[in-house]
Amino acid sequence: MEALTRIAHASIRVAAELTPAEAKANAAAQMAGLAYGLAAIGPGIGIGMIFGKAIEAMARQPESAGMVRTTMFLGVAFTEALALIGFVAFILLKFA
Amino acid sequence: MKTDDPQYVSILSMNDQGPAPEAAIVRDIIKHGSIVAPILIGLSAVFWGVNGAWSSAYGVVLVLGNFAVAAWMVSYTARISYALMMGATLFGYIFRLAVIAAAVFFVRNATWVELVPLCMTIVITHVGLLFWEMRYISLSLAFPGLKPKHVASPTVQDSTSN
Repeated sequence: MEALTRIAHASIRVAAELTPAEAKANAAAQMAGLAYGLAAIGPGIGIGMIFGKAIEAMARQPESAGMVRTTMFLGVAFTEALALIGFVAFILLKFA
Repeated sequence: MKTDDPQYVSILSMNDQGPAPEAAIVRDIIKHGSIVAPILIGLSAVFWGVNGAWSSAYGVVLVLGNFAVAAWMVSYTARISYALMMGATLFGYIFRLAVIAAAVFFVRNATWVELVPLCMTIVITHVGLLFWEMRYISLSLAFPGLKPKHVASPTVQDSTSN
């Protein structure tokens, strides 16, 4: 607990010593990382839902597994594109 | 209890030993990617020079590799268990995203990398190839008669394959 308090005090001291430009850059980096993390959550939920429903469909009708897997794979790839767009936006805002 | 039911089958033991459609989809995507790649690389070379062309080529390789790994994971684990397939794909999503992020992070300061064409290529190739493939898949599902047939002999050309 004491160590955590020490770390918090050190962080506050470091933040107080930053110039406005450095503080702005610091906040921008944190927000960019947070935005990328948030952008990855949605596709993660979406992929989970797609797979859950696909497995349910394959368990109910094993004879249609090929068709279900085909559409499932495309759906997952499209959902993954959202995460890639989030990543690309992060990279371009942060480094370009 | 459900397990007393003779017809009860656990999802842990269910698997699919049939042909893997993901492999066929990815083969098709890679075939289309090899058609699109020179155009994207050429456009990047026009706007960003040689570095843009290298970056674009790197982006295409990343996207096609991502598709190939995703397909391999699904088809390999589906032969073992559907539950494993779901687990592998969900963790695989994080893993593949991390690999792409690392692949871009490690080269972002390299002299041959232009970030804008690299990032644009990743998004455009990924989404564009999927839309291209979706056109074929939706046609095959809606009209099974149009589905391309396997050619019996390499010398015999199937007119329905186009």
